[in-house]
Amino acid sequence: MGVPFAVVGFFLSASFGVLARQAGFSVAQASVTAMIVFAGSAQFAALSVLTAGGGIPAALTAGSLMNARFLAMGIALAPSLPGGRMKRALQGQTVVDSSWALANRGDGTFDRWLLFGTTLPQYVTWTLGSVVGAVFGDVLGDTHRLGLDAIYPVFFLSLLFSELRDAGSRWAALGGGLLALALVPITPPGVPVLAASVVALVGLVRRSR
Amino acid sequence: MTLSYAEVWVLILGLAALTVAIKALGPVLLGGRDLPPWFSRVTALMAPTLLSALVLTSVLAAGRSWSVGAHTVGVAVAALMLWRRCSLVLCVAVAVLVTAGLRAI
Repeated sequence: MGVPFAVVGFFLSASFGVLARQAGFSVAQASVTAMIVFAGSAQFAALSVLTAGGGIPAALTAGSLMNARFLAMGIALAPSLPGGRMKRALQGQTVVDSSWALANRGDGTFDRWLLFGTTLPQYVTWTLGSVVGAVFGDVLGDTHRLGLDAIYPVFFLSLLFSELRDAGSRWAALGGGLLALALVPITPPGVPVLAASVVALVGLVRRSR
Repeated sequence: MTLSYAEVWVLILGLAALTVAIKALGPVLLGGRDLPPWFSRVTALMAPTLLSALVLTSVLAAGRSWSVGAHTVGVAVAALMLWRRCSLVLCVAVAVLVTAGLRAI
């Protein structure tokens, strides 16, 4: 199930490689970023700060804010992970948006093997993509014109549609989406998506009659 | 753009360390114990909430402003096709083609 995402990830990571080279990264630096950061939105956010002339603290802040949603995802996932603190921390590293959503059973628990299994191919292609992009960036040119940025939202939409099981989840999706959009003009990028997770707290009142 | 070679490494290692810490926090603090039933009711709603927020902000926002682009149209067409139960691969292909096509003209 992670394979279509892995294919998409390859192209996105390749476009990261191209942009990183343009921002002054070496081929090794662009590839190592994909390998050890392995968080697309954070990588692109940090890079766009650099390109706009920002410094290291601003780039780290922008990247971490994009990553902030992983806090919410990690909290949701936590009870489904066995083992000691160290082992759980390691398993938590395998979270990426698509694998987290796929491993979600819909009852608040997660299939951790599905999580690991869908992340692994994505890690491989994410790494390969960045190398290809960094090395062959000059040939590919401007990847923006290829329309690849339309891919991820469509994949997330298909995951979202399968999550809309009942009225509760439909209202949560609507509320979360609208809250995130409302926050866009008044908070730094990344914050709106994290803040949207607050809407899930309606789970507290539902069914507690 | 103005960073030196060494500074870029500082940025990469810093971003990697922060990402690891953020991903580890939830599992370290809250794992390994039974949580009350209300907890899973909340987490069950997190997927639709976060996915919806991700989709809408990636399609209708750029940086700190609302914005519509060629990809907005491409994704909207694909959304309609997903709704009509077309295959995912076909929907993605159409979204990319529509987006690239609009940018070409």
